[in-house]
Amino acid sequence: MRIKSTLENYIFVLPAVLIFAVFYIIPFIWVFQLGLFDWDGILPTKIFVGLDNFKEILFDKIWWQSMGNAGYITLIALTFQNALAFLLAWACDREIRGKNFYRVIFFIPPVLSEVVVGLVWQWILDGNYGLLNSWLANLGLGHLARSWLSDPQTALTAVAIVHCWKGFGWGFLIFLAGLQTIPRELYEAARVDGANAWVSFRKITIPLMVPVAVLVAILTVLGTMQAFVLIIAMTGGGPAYHTQVPVLRILASMRGSSRFGYACAQGISFGVILMAISFIQYRFSKKSRA
Amino acid sequence: MKTGAYYKTKKTAINLLIHLFLLTVATTCLFPLIWMVSSSLKSQDVIFKDTSLLPKVFHFENYYRAWIEGGFGRYFLNSIFYTVAVVIGIIIVSSMAAYAFSRFRFPGRNVMFVMFMAAMMIPIPGSFVALYVLLNKLHLRNTSFGYILCMINVGLSTSIFLLKTFFDKMPKELEDAARIDGCSKFGMWFHVALPLSKPVLAVVVVFNALNVWNEYILALIIFDSRPLMPLQVALTTFQGEFVTNYPLLMAGLTITALPIIIVYLLMQKYIVKGVTQGAVVG
Repeated sequence: MRIKSTLENYIFVLPAVLIFAVFYIIPFIWVFQLGLFDWDGILPTKIFVGLDNFKEILFDKIWWQSMGNAGYITLIALTFQNALAFLLAWACDREIRGKNFYRVIFFIPPVLSEVVVGLVWQWILDGNYGLLNSWLANLGLGHLARSWLSDPQTALTAVAIVHCWKGFGWGFLIFLAGLQTIPRELYEAARVDGANAWVSFRKITIPLMVPVAVLVAILTVLGTMQAFVLIIAMTGGGPAYHTQVPVLRILASMRGSSRFGYACAQGISFGVILMAISFIQYRFSKKSRA
Repeated sequence: MKTGAYYKTKKTAINLLIHLFLLTVATTCLFPLIWMVSSSLKSQDVIFKDTSLLPKVFHFENYYRAWIEGGFGRYFLNSIFYTVAVVIGIIIVSSMAAYAFSRFRFPGRNVMFVMFMAAMMIPIPGSFVALYVLLNKLHLRNTSFGYILCMINVGLSTSIFLLKTFFDKMPKELEDAARIDGCSKFGMWFHVALPLSKPVLAVVVVFNALNVWNEYILALIIFDSRPLMPLQVALTTFQGEFVTNYPLLMAGLTITALPIIIVYLLMQKYIVKGVTQGAVVG
């Protein structure tokens, strides 16, 4: 009876554990194994190269350039996108008419796919027939018109701004949920004590929102550093390597140059860097809370 | 002396500014979509010249052409099929596991649960490389079944977490009563726990459905043959081939975006819930 009951329990978790073991744990282990080999993904023989792939990464200029590009996009997302998200959340947290309407609208870009968003914006930013350039021409600013996505000077920033357009709704919703947990009585009490709106914003809202801001920052960094589908749809990583990002490089190592081992080594290094960044941010948040 | 009227005007002015700010951002959110629909209704002859939002002639036949000639009809049905199959799979598999993690005691329970939770926290950016190799070995690459299994796995951890949290808070009395009436464990899961967990199941369904519908990278590396591709991958290949046919491309984009927007507008309550709950996990 006991044994039958235990067996029954395992039957409940079996499908989940089986799928997880095959499609998560095995690939996870293989990434680490393959990272030590030179392999084209087809031949039955893999050549063991030890840590050579990782050494190569250290001197892979395009890899580090793409890391820098992702860092640049992340920096814009951390500042511009999150500041916008916070301001909007703050505005919607007030007694204001139509805040549900705004809330619904701001989360439309996040539910769309990166492919759809990327292709629509690519059409808007198109150098020859794009809407932006024709608007600039109509405003008499025709000299500013350019091929936004194929000009090395603007491509990366254009991609970053579209990324922010697509992503700010996430931060907005999380900030709004955070703001709504602040008890209204705190503001009341502050007002009775003679604090004006600015003082209570600085002394109540900001300190209480620090943990939420750290959470949003961690999610922003993890999400933005790994973003790449939007870039496939907008520029494909070009012009030259100006909008390349790490995951695109991993994909290129795998599909372009058929170097599966190198692709896995890139994935591991990148994963370690991401873990380190979010760990530092987490520690930082603990310190600031203490 | 500042009168009540002064403060009232000041407040109105501030509110006006805030509305102006919010409206500007809202317009920025909506405009690209309006432009997408507008472009999809123009003809290839005028699309590069006509920058008006309302086309003079509505070329609805672009949708017909995209659906038939562009093959979007096929891709659309593929996307629907993958989304439905994955969501059903996730509901069954994750609710069973979550129910066991919440209600039963058995050796290895905690280890397994912690593993699922750890998977949510650890980013492995190169995992698609290994998944490609794995599916090749299992002869599941370029099959719908392989893709569906991969996508079930993608949604598993979060769904188990959401469902287990819900089951933990659910009173056990009903299940106790059912057990006394001779209900089996499967019966309690299927007839008692699942119907009671509708609110959280809605969150699980909506989130996973959005996720599968919008998924790109796994579909890209798994499918070689066109008839199996979902919309997202088809769009990027379409873009390469019909590079100048913007009306058809925009019609394809609208076909891809519309179901998501409709589902979102109908279910946005659950999406907000999911985002805020999911944020707590992270």
